[in-house]
Amino acid sequence: MRRFSGFALAREAMREHKGWGRQWESPEPRSQYDVVIVGAGGHGLATAYYLAAEHGITNVAVLDKGWLGGGNTGRNTTIIRSNYLYDESAAIYDHAVRLWEGLSQALNYNVMFSQRGVMMLAHNVHDVQVLKRHVHANRLNGVDNEWLDPAAARAFCPPLNISKAARYPVVGAALQRRGGVARHDAVAWGYARAASARGVHIIQNCEVTGIHRGPDGAVTGVETTRGAIRARKVGVVAAGHSSVVMAMAGLRMPLESFPLQALVSEPVKPCFPCVVMSNTVHAYISQSDKGELVIGAGTDQYTSYSQTGGLHIISHTLDAICEMFPMFTRMKMLRSWGGIVDVTPDRSPILAKTPVKGLYVNCGWGTGGFKATPGSGHVFAHTIARDDPHPINAPFTLERFRTGRLIDEAAAAAVAH
Amino acid sequence: MLLIHCPYCEEARPELEFRHAGEAHIARPAGIAEISDEAFEAYFFIRDNTKGIVFERWRHIHGCGRFFNAARHSVSDRFVVTYRAGEPKPELSGEQVAAAAPGGKATPANAAAGVNGKAAR
Repeated sequence: MRRFSGFALAREAMREHKGWGRQWESPEPRSQYDVVIVGAGGHGLATAYYLAAEHGITNVAVLDKGWLGGGNTGRNTTIIRSNYLYDESAAIYDHAVRLWEGLSQALNYNVMFSQRGVMMLAHNVHDVQVLKRHVHANRLNGVDNEWLDPAAARAFCPPLNISKAARYPVVGAALQRRGGVARHDAVAWGYARAASARGVHIIQNCEVTGIHRGPDGAVTGVETTRGAIRARKVGVVAAGHSSVVMAMAGLRMPLESFPLQALVSEPVKPCFPCVVMSNTVHAYISQSDKGELVIGAGTDQYTSYSQTGGLHIISHTLDAICEMFPMFTRMKMLRSWGGIVDVTPDRSPILAKTPVKGLYVNCGWGTGGFKATPGSGHVFAHTIARDDPHPINAPFTLERFRTGRLIDEAAAAAVAH
Repeated sequence: MLLIHCPYCEEARPELEFRHAGEAHIARPAGIAEISDEAFEAYFFIRDNTKGIVFERWRHIHGCGRFFNAARHSVSDRFVVTYRAGEPKPELSGEQVAAAAPGGKATPANAAAGVNGKAAR
């Protein structure tokens, strides 16, 4: 693997870019690894990268039933922010934002992280109270967030309609300037490349079909469509399929899987400078560097693994987009798609050891896991390597649904669930 | 959008008339104040989240307003059958499951009763 640099770019430009080679290896699976990660999405690849880079554990395999980054990593709306209400959430999401800030350098791969600001709109008195509470709570936790009046919101995002005649007029906004977007595929590719360079095996088209346990109940490996693989530590990072994989070890999870949809418009010239989200009318929007408007819709109401959702869900979101940004009313939408998100009862993730020795789980990110990718991988790698959670993910246990120590972001999340 | 057969109205209606109400056949424990934390967790938080046939509750909120149950395939989103609240979990035949699976030749749920028909279930 060749390191990217100005010099390397110049040299390859002279050679018609024929010398770059493959960005990661596709090895045959070994019969045994120190750690097996189930799921080669952003979180799984990040976990493998930090296992190798920070804990010196390089005998690691990342298995995926499809291709890497082909699930929710490739299907989200790439929004990054850390303005969560509770201390535990602010800590983990801001840990991620701090890692995002140095990620392209750390991976030697441009993940196109752009801190263009995430603005959340308030449309009524309740929104104002909730968002101001967030602003204050965030500031106490060292997370930047500021309150804007409608004129300031429009100054920050000129396409925004702040007319009092709107059906849901904008009465204010909360702005996190350190928030923004990143190129989702590049995140998966960057972690895959950096992990592979450190000796991690990334094995695609290799579905885990069973989890082997020894006489003492501890994990001894996994069964896959490419044969059995022994490992004393298995980390499950399977997003929407977490319930399915965990059931292979006999564990029932506090999870439900729902379809979540997104869509993009035809590409246009740069016209939208930031990320705007609205809880009340339920829409979020930004513009990719390719020029497409990237729009996030809601979840369908029923559980499903179909990776598709109802048209009325995205139609409802577009109603809201047209209301907030009248200049987009004649824009054509190009593509829409769905991903399967695993939702916990308190809408906070689970990053923890499990009752099964050697089995670790990183799941329950629901509708907003992409933003946490580096932080999630970082603390999950720590949990696996030390067999003990990092202080940041220590509250995100599986046991909290028994003890009642929930991290109840359900009402505090950015969009209505 | 799903097309859902309400077993009370005996009519297939668009999903917009209905509200999903979670996994079905979860019995609230008697004496809930006395049960253990583990039993409460299992009742309140833990879900099957099956990839395959799911049994779930729906409420015909913009129709008759009543709760009923349904068996649906969670990969194809096809309904196998809907049935009234209080009725036991139906035994599904292999053919029914195969027909509802992706690629299966499913007929609309409750076809035996006529999708829009008034025939007795």
